[in-house]
Amino acid sequence: MDYLVILLLQIGSAVASLVLMSIGLAVIFGMMRVINLAHGEFLMLGGYAAITAFNHGVNLWLAMVVVAPLAVGLFGAVVERLVIRHLYGRLIDTMLATWGLSLAMIGFVTVVFGNTVSGISAPLGSLSIGAYRTGAYEIFLIGVAVLLLVAGWLVLRFTRYGLIARGTMQNPAMAAALGTNPSAVYAVTFAVGSALSGLAGGLLAPLSGVVPTIGAAYIAKAFITVISGGAAILSGTAIAATLLGAINTLATFAFTSVLGEVALLVAAVVLLRLLPQGITGRFFRRAL
Amino acid sequence: MINRRKLLRASAAGAAGLAAGPFVIRDLHAEDAVKIAGIHDTSGGLDIYGKQMVATLDLAVNEVNESGGLLGRKIQLINYDPQSNIQLYTQYATEAATKEKVAVVHGGITSASREAIRPLLKRFNTLYFYNTLYEGGVCDRNIFCTGSTPAQTVEKLVPYVQKKWGKKIYTIAADYNYGQITAKWVKKYAQDNGGEVVQTDFFPLDVTDFGPTVKKIQAAKPDLVMSALVGAAHISFYRQWAAAGMNKQIPLASTTFGNEIVITSPEEHNGYIVAFGYLEGIDTPANKKFVEIVHGKYGIPHMTELATMTYHGLHLWADAVKKANSLDRVKVIEALEGGASYDGPAGKTTIDAKTHHDILDVYIGEARDKKFVVLEKFAQQQPADTQAVCDLKKSPNENKQYVIDVKT
Repeated sequence: MDYLVILLLQIGSAVASLVLMSIGLAVIFGMMRVINLAHGEFLMLGGYAAITAFNHGVNLWLAMVVVAPLAVGLFGAVVERLVIRHLYGRLIDTMLATWGLSLAMIGFVTVVFGNTVSGISAPLGSLSIGAYRTGAYEIFLIGVAVLLLVAGWLVLRFTRYGLIARGTMQNPAMAAALGTNPSAVYAVTFAVGSALSGLAGGLLAPLSGVVPTIGAAYIAKAFITVISGGAAILSGTAIAATLLGAINTLATFAFTSVLGEVALLVAAVVLLRLLPQGITGRFFRRAL
Repeated sequence: MINRRKLLRASAAGAAGLAAGPFVIRDLHAEDAVKIAGIHDTSGGLDIYGKQMVATLDLAVNEVNESGGLLGRKIQLINYDPQSNIQLYTQYATEAATKEKVAVVHGGITSASREAIRPLLKRFNTLYFYNTLYEGGVCDRNIFCTGSTPAQTVEKLVPYVQKKWGKKIYTIAADYNYGQITAKWVKKYAQDNGGEVVQTDFFPLDVTDFGPTVKKIQAAKPDLVMSALVGAAHISFYRQWAAAGMNKQIPLASTTFGNEIVITSPEEHNGYIVAFGYLEGIDTPANKKFVEIVHGKYGIPHMTELATMTYHGLHLWADAVKKANSLDRVKVIEALEGGASYDGPAGKTTIDAKTHHDILDVYIGEARDKKFVVLEKFAQQQPADTQAVCDLKKSPNENKQYVIDVKT
């Protein structure tokens, strides 16, 4: 019984970390069709922002939940104005530009912080479930992931900005004809997506630590989740993360962590073979 | 006014000046200095080790120079930074051997980097010192391996922690030859000592998510966890282990938890038990002086076996040159094979003529507040693993790394 609970919690925490890793990418890719190859580095930057702020005496929660998203959101806004906005509709060019950006970010952060691991201890301590113990922080992350998805859904569904964003996403030309400014919508969306990445990077930092090259560990999983999820930003990401996270965790428990990763990748390959448009390309097509 | 063209011209001239600099300086010493090379990663993922190895190599060279140099000449150390990139290792080793014609090369951190340059230096007849702890088995008369190997450390560590904590071990190890071989040794010594390894899990070097593992270990209920995790990503294990409060529940021992002590907090690492050929907490005057200089003058926060054996390695070589009274490679090798020994911060290290590995003191230590406290010392441990497969006295022309088959 305890074991079952702990297993479910572990699946929940794997799903939550996939959601956190990919939500920023999902927003940017889903709404703007911009493939941000520097996404992993945005997460990395969030981690460094949180750790640097914490080391300068900022409260840990403030550092992770406020400083990291603000810093990376601002950075994203600048990047959008300087680079991305010139490349809308040019998929390959954006990939090239953001890949270059990711290399530049790794280089820059290495120069500033050195190529060594920095980290902070996870707060909240631990709690026991029967004979087992788990980090309370992992459970907190599950809560944050759910909160982010719900908040995102509420914003898109019920606010004016959500309406404009959805309209622009479906048909930018028509949205423009109706008096919105797609350029402004894109700028805000990119900044919001970046801020979400920053938040995720800050929140994941206590668990995995940060090195300038940690983005590589995030980006593959983030892309797999978003692409498997398909067109619907939030439900797609949530469903894909749940599916892949569960498969990964179960295989890890049954076999080894290597086979867990393999199972995740195999599942993604099979999924995309059967549903080339992603899960929400076939099911829940009208979802957000 | 500075326009773009002037700026370009000025910076080009500056760059040329910078490039020319080292050559000018080099030529001043070219005639009389004994050139040696150090190849250590001072940038990239391994820089945390490379930087301290460069520091201790520099310290040892300075000491030899201050006490009169070698054969009446000064040693000139040429440092190369291969940036944690194997290709650069071969490039720099070639340059050191052919262009600079160095007397000896000290360097290499990972086994991969060593195996990249070892055949090359043998071909160029350039003596090579590899000063890192590794999985053992290298059999080549041109190389001296001064670091500890699993038979030396694991043999002492496993019985020690089994006596202290219990017989059932859960092993977690890095998924490459060092981790695989170390895990086999752990299993062998656990069984020899009447215990068992309930499970062994291997992790690729880039794994950062250890959540499932933390729970699997709890389900297996071992008496202790043995870690041979390696590198930056694996530090996450110790964080996640502590975040779940498990470091208070199941004790942990490790053959690799070294510099990790700088990065993790005392709450995360207090009580971990390790075994190395050197620990910073060794309580001898020689080591205290050594640690003080390295902390102070070189600004290295924490010393590991790698850096200390680099220091020992250079002194072993310098003493052998003095004994041979020559820089000739074969004469120096023969001097080293004649029971060359150096007493330093790590205690006494003696070259084993049969394997060209170090007979060294092994220390068991406990992590306490960002430092390792020595609990027990085992003097003069033989490199039994490499000795089982390699005999350079009988077959001096061997040139390979044996994969040591551990019978369990």
